[in-house]
Amino acid sequence: MYVSVKGGEKAINNAHSWLSEIRRGDVNIAELNIKQISEQLTLSVDRVMSEGSLYDKDLSALAIKQSRGDLIEAIFLIRAYRTTLPRIGSSKPIETSKMLCLRRISATFKDIPGKQKLGPTFDYTHRLLDFKLLADGEYDKAKIEKYDDKEIPHVLSFLNKEGLIQKEIPSGKTSKDITRNPINFPLTRSERLQSLSRGDEGFLLGLAYSTQRGYARNHAFVGELRTGYVEVQFEIPELGIEINIADVMFTECESVNQFNGSKKIPAQFTRGYGLVFGQLERKAISMALVDRSMRWKEFGEEYLGVAAQDEEFVISHCDNIQATGFLEHIKLPHYVDFQAELDLVRKIREEYKKNGQRT
Amino acid sequence: MLNESRKQWLSYLATADEDYLISLWDNLNMKIEYNWLREPEIGSVMVQGKAGATGDNFNVGEVTITRCSVNLNKKIQGHGYVQGRNKYKSKIAALCDALMQTEKKEIIKKNILDKLVKYKNNKRNEILSKTEATKVDFFTLVRGEDK
Repeated sequence: MYVSVKGGEKAINNAHSWLSEIRRGDVNIAELNIKQISEQLTLSVDRVMSEGSLYDKDLSALAIKQSRGDLIEAIFLIRAYRTTLPRIGSSKPIETSKMLCLRRISATFKDIPGKQKLGPTFDYTHRLLDFKLLADGEYDKAKIEKYDDKEIPHVLSFLNKEGLIQKEIPSGKTSKDITRNPINFPLTRSERLQSLSRGDEGFLLGLAYSTQRGYARNHAFVGELRTGYVEVQFEIPELGIEINIADVMFTECESVNQFNGSKKIPAQFTRGYGLVFGQLERKAISMALVDRSMRWKEFGEEYLGVAAQDEEFVISHCDNIQATGFLEHIKLPHYVDFQAELDLVRKIREEYKKNGQRT
Repeated sequence: MLNESRKQWLSYLATADEDYLISLWDNLNMKIEYNWLREPEIGSVMVQGKAGATGDNFNVGEVTITRCSVNLNKKIQGHGYVQGRNKYKSKIAALCDALMQTEKKEIIKKNILDKLVKYKNNKRNEILSKTEATKVDFFTLVRGEDK
């Protein structure tokens, strides 16, 4: 017999009221508005867009406000909203070589066409707390200089010309959209890249770090890292005309990794790829390293049994909404499940008492 | 300033700053009669990237898009596909698209599209000139031991 139990409705409603009040905080302090979040907490907004897998700054800022700054909760809200949107279609593949760059660096070549451009970076700051930000609204203004508006070619295309690096050529394999179809292992690289791009930054950082420490043989250089706006091209179904339907900020990382070669092909560098919404370079670099370590089969490398090589392990666990959903559900009532366990342990103990031993 | 191709004007309308486009339109104060072919609808477009920038396509994530279509005088259709979730922006884009196919096109071009082009160019110039100021100039130091 199953007896359902109801209750807690009042407790839940009152808990939500308190949540609402505590989210507002001290009412003598001005309330945050969405534009303040999207303008001043840009990198939080970027992370929520990337892992929420939906590029919309205002929605992302709203989710951050609603979740009291809990970014995984905010990502959850965006994912839930995303599922309500009708899909109008799919864009043409973006051309990151035409990116309007805010930042573009290479750790492998000093002198590159288009030069090294640092952009608004935390690199080279001393990581000392800036107490000026406590006090006043003063800030430094960006400097400007005359420029040439030329396309900035990818750094790795120069290595390509010499045949020193493995080429990325379309395989012609079709890939499924992992948000629309259940995934079946083994995956195509495209399916892995889609998962990684919406994966959890912390998880990918940890895995990428593990490859650097030796859990997978793939010493990586940052061949190129760039952040900027890319035009998204989309064909209007009614007209058959392709238009620039959106301008989206991306960070792209191309890693250069150690050699691969065979009797047919002389030794050449291999590569990993990271592409994410927003200015999230830690995540883009992590993605490139983890992409590379999962390509061991393609390059005929040894499987070392480490986490970062195991696509089933990586892809099944990199989604923080799936992970937190399963993890957090165990705090919800499991009274009946637990009752069964309790009965079992009591029974085992009784038998032990009776027989004086484990049965 | 704007090459009068539909591809171009639709692109500038789609990616326009919504507050700016709305203010330009409202200032014109045009009274337009139209029927809906499709009322404004919020949806998404899946953005595709290429593995290693040149290889296989893959899905990166979606971007919010609003679209609608209007009919002017039951003969001229205008389509408003715009970035974001602003239905009014989408309606303005559809009306501008339709009006660009009529004798009112000079008004729309001068008061809206040329200004959107200028706005976008200014933004682009601002980014390029700030990025340029962070360009690294390497120099090498001559050291003694080579003598």
